[in-house]
Amino acid sequence: MGVDSFVSWLRDVAGSLHANAAYLTELDSAIGDADHGANLDRGFQAVVEVLDGTEFGSVDELLKKAGMTLVSKVGGASGPLYGTFFLRFGTALAGVELTPEALGKGLHAGVEGVLARGKAELGDKTMYDAWAPALSAYDDAVAGGADLGTALNAAAEAAAKGRDGTVPMVARKGRASYLGERSAGHQDPGATSTTLILESAARTLS
Amino acid sequence: MKKLINDPADVVSEALRGMAAAHPDRLRVDLENRIVYRKDAPRPGKVGLISGGGSGHEPMHGGFVGLGMLDAACAGEVFTSPVPDQMMAATKAVDAGAGVLHIVKNYTGDVMNFEMAAELAAADAGTEVLSVVTNDDVAVQDSLYTAGRRGVGVTVLLEKIVGAAAEEGRPLQEVADLAKRVNDNGRSMGMALTSGTVPAAGKPTFELAENEMEVGIGIHGEPGRQRLPLAPAREIAAMLVDPVVSDLPYRQGDSVIAFVNGMGGTPLIELYVMYNEIAQLLDRAGITVARSLVGNYITSLEMAGCSVTLLKVDDELVRLWDAPVNTPGLRWGA
Repeated sequence: MGVDSFVSWLRDVAGSLHANAAYLTELDSAIGDADHGANLDRGFQAVVEVLDGTEFGSVDELLKKAGMTLVSKVGGASGPLYGTFFLRFGTALAGVELTPEALGKGLHAGVEGVLARGKAELGDKTMYDAWAPALSAYDDAVAGGADLGTALNAAAEAAAKGRDGTVPMVARKGRASYLGERSAGHQDPGATSTTLILESAARTLS
Repeated sequence: MKKLINDPADVVSEALRGMAAAHPDRLRVDLENRIVYRKDAPRPGKVGLISGGGSGHEPMHGGFVGLGMLDAACAGEVFTSPVPDQMMAATKAVDAGAGVLHIVKNYTGDVMNFEMAAELAAADAGTEVLSVVTNDDVAVQDSLYTAGRRGVGVTVLLEKIVGAAAEEGRPLQEVADLAKRVNDNGRSMGMALTSGTVPAAGKPTFELAENEMEVGIGIHGEPGRQRLPLAPAREIAAMLVDPVVSDLPYRQGDSVIAFVNGMGGTPLIELYVMYNEIAQLLDRAGITVARSLVGNYITSLEMAGCSVTLLKVDDELVRLWDAPVNTPGLRWGA
C-alpha cells in the first residue's frame, strides 16, 4: 500500500460524493441549509483536478494537499471539518510505515482535528456520531489481529450504524440546532458523508 | 424563479464585477479571490477591519467597505461562508502593522473558516489577528443546545462604530474590546412574510401561505421561532420589540440606536410603518432613541420582512456613530 492506493481512495470518494450529491443536499435541506452535497461535490472535484495534475511522492503530502484543497474550495462548515481531517491524517502519516496501527493513529489524529474545529460531542447529531463508532470498531479489529481491509470494513459498518443512529437525535450543533426538536426524525448529512468516505476507504485501501 | 441574472453559477462574480465598475473611486475588487477592498487600504498605522460571509445579504458586507467602516470584505457563495484563503489574502493585504480585527457573524461555517484563517495568517505572516463574533439574535433561545445565537443586525452597527474607532488610530486590543462592548449591548429579532430564492436552488427556501408569517428568522432562510397567522404591523412590531427589550434588558432611561432593517423584499413605506410603531413602543417604555437607521442593510435575498435591532449607547458610541463614513451602502459626513 502506498500513494497509489490513497489516490484511488480519494478518486473513489469523489465519485461516491458526486453520485450522492443530490441525496446529501436533500438530507441537508430538511435540517440545514441545502448545500452539503453541492459543496462536497465541488470540493472533491477540485481534489480530483489536483490528482490529475500532480505526482505525489508521499502519502502525507497527498493527504495534506487534499485537505488544503477542501478547505479552499468547500466553505461552510464541512470545508474546515473535512479539510482539517485530511490535513491532520496526512500529518500523522509523515515518515511512518503504513501499518494498520499507524493508519489507526492517523485516523484518530484526523478526527481529533474535526473535534477541535467543530467542538461536537457524541450525540450532537453530527459527523462525529459516525466517526466515533468507526474508530472504535477499527481499533478493536486491529487489536484482534485483523488486516487493514477487515478493519476498514468494520469501521465502515460501524459508521453506517452511527449514521442511522443520528435519525432520532435532536441536533445541538450547526444550523440544524436552530430547529430544536423539529430536527429529530432526520438523518444527519455529515454522518452520511462520513460513512460514504469510510465505505470508499474499505473498497480501495485494503 | 424570476431574477435579473445570466447564469446562477455566475451571480456572485458578476455582482462583484458590477460593484467594481460602479465604485471605482472608493473600491478595489479582487475578482479572483472575491475580496472587496477599500481603495486606499492598507492605511499606515490603522487597524485593518475585515468581515465577510455568504453573498445574498447585500449591502452587507462589500457595501460597507470604505472610509470609516471596513477595509475589506470577503464574499462567499450565496449563503455559504467564504473560505480561509480569501480571509488570509484580505488579512495580509490590509495589515499595515497595527494588526487586523475579524468581524464574524455567529454561524458555524463563518466561525470555523475565520478561525482557520486567523491561525494561518499568524503562522504564515505573523499577522496579529483578533476576532469578534456577533451574536445578537434573541430568537435563538437556548444557546446551550444550539450553535448559539446568530449574528444579524448588530453587525452593521458594529462595523460602523468600530470602523470609526479604527479610523482614529486606536490600537487593536482597544478596537477589539470596543467591538465586544457593541455586540454585548445589541439585540435583534426578525420576521419574514415570504422566503428568498437562492439562485442555485431555483425555488423558494421555504413556503409561507398568504395568511402566514415566520417570526424569529435568521438571514439564510433557516426556520424561525414560530409560524403565526399574519397580523397588522402594530402587533408584529410588539412581537419583535418585546423580546428584544426584555432580553438585555433595555430599561427606562436607556438611550439606543434603533435600527429597522428590511430583508430585501419589503418597500421602505412598510419599513417606516414599522418604525412608527416601534418608536411608539420604545417611547412608552421610556427608552430614548438617540439615533435611528431604517432601510435594507443586512438582507436575505428578496425575502419580504424586517428585523429590529436595538443598541444601547453612551456618548462615546453616539459620537463614533456620527463620525464620517463613505461606503456604497452607508454614507454621511464625508
